[in-house]
Amino acid sequence: MSQAAATSAVSTDPSRRARLAEFWYYFSENRGAVIGLVFFIFLVLLAIFAPLIAPHDPTQQYRDAVLVPPFWQEGGRTDFLLGTDAVGRDMLSRLIFGTQFSLFVGVIVTTLSLVVGVIFGVIAGYFRGWVDTAIMRVMDIILAFPSLLLALVLVAILGPGLVNAMIAISLVYQPHFVRLARAAVMSEKTRDYVVAAKVAGAGNMRLMFKTILPNCMAPLIVQATLSFSSAILDAAALGFLGMGAQPPTPEWGTMLAEAREFIQSKWWVVTLPGVAILITVLAINLMGDGLRDALDPKLKRS
Amino acid sequence: MALLEIENLVVEFQTASGPFRAVNGVSMKVHEGEVLAIVGESGSGKSVSMLAAMGLLPWTANVTADKLTFNGRDLLSMPPAERRQIIGKDIAMIFQEPVASLNPCFTVGFQIEEVLRVHLGLDKAARRKRAIELFEAVGIPDPAERLGSYPHQMSGGQCQRVMIAIAIACNPKLLIADEPTTALDVTIQKQILDLLMKLQADHGMGLIMITHNMGVVAETADRVVVQYKGRKMEEADVLTLFENPKSNYTRALLAALPDNATGDRLPTISELFVDDQMEGAAR
Amino acid sequence: MLRFLLGRLAVLIPTFVGVSIIAFSFIRLLPGDPVALLSGERVMSPERHAEISAQLGFDRPIVVQYLDYLWGVVQGDFGTSIVTKRPVIDQFFELFPATVELSLCAIIFAVVLGIPAGMIAAIKRGSFADQAMMGTALVGFSMPIFWWGLLLIMLVSGMLGWTPVSGRISLMFYFPPVTGFMLIDSLLSGQAGAFKSAVSHLILPTIVLGTIPLAVIARQTRSAMLEVLSEDYVRTARAKGLSTFRVVGIHALRNAMIPVVTTVGLQVGVMLAGAILTETIFSWPGIGKWMVDSVSRRDYAVIQGGLLLIAAVIMLVNLAVDLLYGLINPRIRH
Repeated sequence: MSQAAATSAVSTDPSRRARLAEFWYYFSENRGAVIGLVFFIFLVLLAIFAPLIAPHDPTQQYRDAVLVPPFWQEGGRTDFLLGTDAVGRDMLSRLIFGTQFSLFVGVIVTTLSLVVGVIFGVIAGYFRGWVDTAIMRVMDIILAFPSLLLALVLVAILGPGLVNAMIAISLVYQPHFVRLARAAVMSEKTRDYVVAAKVAGAGNMRLMFKTILPNCMAPLIVQATLSFSSAILDAAALGFLGMGAQPPTPEWGTMLAEAREFIQSKWWVVTLPGVAILITVLAINLMGDGLRDALDPKLKRS
Repeated sequence: MALLEIENLVVEFQTASGPFRAVNGVSMKVHEGEVLAIVGESGSGKSVSMLAAMGLLPWTANVTADKLTFNGRDLLSMPPAERRQIIGKDIAMIFQEPVASLNPCFTVGFQIEEVLRVHLGLDKAARRKRAIELFEAVGIPDPAERLGSYPHQMSGGQCQRVMIAIAIACNPKLLIADEPTTALDVTIQKQILDLLMKLQADHGMGLIMITHNMGVVAETADRVVVQYKGRKMEEADVLTLFENPKSNYTRALLAALPDNATGDRLPTISELFVDDQMEGAAR
Repeated sequence: MLRFLLGRLAVLIPTFVGVSIIAFSFIRLLPGDPVALLSGERVMSPERHAEISAQLGFDRPIVVQYLDYLWGVVQGDFGTSIVTKRPVIDQFFELFPATVELSLCAIIFAVVLGIPAGMIAAIKRGSFADQAMMGTALVGFSMPIFWWGLLLIMLVSGMLGWTPVSGRISLMFYFPPVTGFMLIDSLLSGQAGAFKSAVSHLILPTIVLGTIPLAVIARQTRSAMLEVLSEDYVRTARAKGLSTFRVVGIHALRNAMIPVVTTVGLQVGVMLAGAILTETIFSWPGIGKWMVDSVSRRDYAVIQGGLLLIAAVIMLVNLAVDLLYGLINPRIRH
């Protein structure tokens, strides 16, 4: 079934702007993805302007306002809209400042694992042979451990803290990017445009990174959004276990660690940080789904 | 009364860029025992018309027609359960990619015996016996052993024979062959075509041969329908079509055949044929 | 098929060696003196230090140490816990059944709910049911499971009082473990109410641990089904006049299950990671909690041995999944 007959909405102009416009056309059809994007931008703004928006300092302890409920409940106060925690710190401010840490973790981990993973993956897929085998065996070894456990042990070696948690998580995500990059490179390597570039005299580095890699970006981008959201979840998990960001850092997972004893009584201390994690990760996953549908033409509706 | 009657068939697909008309008012009739060839370029809607008649189009397709009947029964308004009693039994279809058209997870024996059980209600022993008979009829060597093979273990030609066996299993009145030889080796193509013609003659089936190959048309058809971009351009019996084509498009099609070439440059269809209905046509 | 199996084994062995090297180096990568760390004695006289060093083999070249370590592992010696002074492997086998029981229940939960959900979503693509199910799956997939556990405890155990808060069975019951699986042992014990107690203790942890696998399996099933439903052989099945149930439930499903089985298998690895969090929240005495406790107690011998054991388990499970994949995919079996 050919659509060669004049169809105006889908342009065949290969230029960058036209491709971007086409991508946006498909992406914007997915309402969830757009909602996710809007919310994500909101979070970024929240993170950037946190000092201006948050009503209180997140580490400031108000001794006279310990475990105050949210303002709509009995005993709540309007200067602590979402209540306070066990040492009298304002929940709302801590949540707002928490966006900084979560987004920071997401960006660093994703960038680190993407860059390193792609480099190894491209090298493995391009050179094949013993280089490939060696790299893939190392990846298999990493994959032999449950991800959280490995991250936990790495942090045990490096010492608890947010930075070490990020390094540990990045390491654990390596195999996914390496495999994706490798598979993409292997399938592109035999294509005519690569052979043509090689014949024209392009060197290995140029071939790998300037010729082949740009055409493999779609699955890598999708995996990157997945890693972004997983990183936030894993960093929070490590924080919850006491191995990530340390108190008094207002990281959402660490906030939950301190909240465990209040399950039965002070619901807002337990619920709110988790809700923050949930909607942040949800927004990113919605965007990721939208990205995947927009980038992979086979999954389009018709 | 014709076996299959189609009048003013329109098939529209919902696409990301608006509705697309793959078939635009096509009409044709097929009688018992006759071979009708539907010929045209890719995108002419020849497969889509037949898939529409069989009810095999995806949910994005909207099928309308003034008349779409088989043996006098209206296919459009028929409830799905009733239609399923006809499809596979009285009308059968084989497709272009034989290996992909067979389920890779089941043996070919399973896939043919399935039809025998569902439509003819045969018991296990009878099914096996009939399956072997059918495999023999389509020229598969060692039929009893072959029943236990998987599609990926067989060649394209053999898979197509299996498809044909499945299609004729219930002695259909009409067999639709959608480009049955296009994906096969040239040497196998002739064997499969000969097989189809033999079965058609033996069983007195109506046969609709969809193809883009004029050579196949010349060898097999009694009558021919020429389609272009979803419209019927011409309908005639095969001799008349080749010797005295009425439509410009048919003339252009015949002239573009390498066999008909004179001079040193092969003409293209677009040089010889201008689609004057371009505006209102396949949109 | 045999070649496939041998190929997989050939990859497994170097991977296991690599894993053992990691486990072996773990202790030596830690800041501080490995001898002190392993023995648990922080302040030692030089003689005592030399004595323990010799005992642990630290005075020998590193390669010999590694080979000794490997030899010990092959014989079943995974070290001795600093805290409990018991062999790591004994503790492992004591606690492992609890994790297995929980993981099995969670994966059954995920499969029994996830596959039908994915199938229905694929068949009714674009409908409200599809969007609702996939939306729910996305939420389940985006949730921090430790928070989900806390939330459920707060709501179901705390406010509604339907389920207990922690442990595998009510403290009222005691019986010596036979299989290590509380569900079976409680039935065997014949004590009234024991089985019911075991079940009620399993409900929340199963849901919590199984939520992410459920979401992933539902999504995977849906996309596998969608891909399969557009294949030529499904069109052939329809052209044969088969009922929708047969076309989808037999022809399509059989093919869609191939990638889904791989996903289910991978989820087992994910679950062992998630078990860490679930077991911590519900005080479930399994190997996840054991590892977390060991990290905070600085029981390095357990961490080292536990790492190796858990990695071995995951590799075996992956091998089993590969085998299963080879069995159900006819292109490999024949």
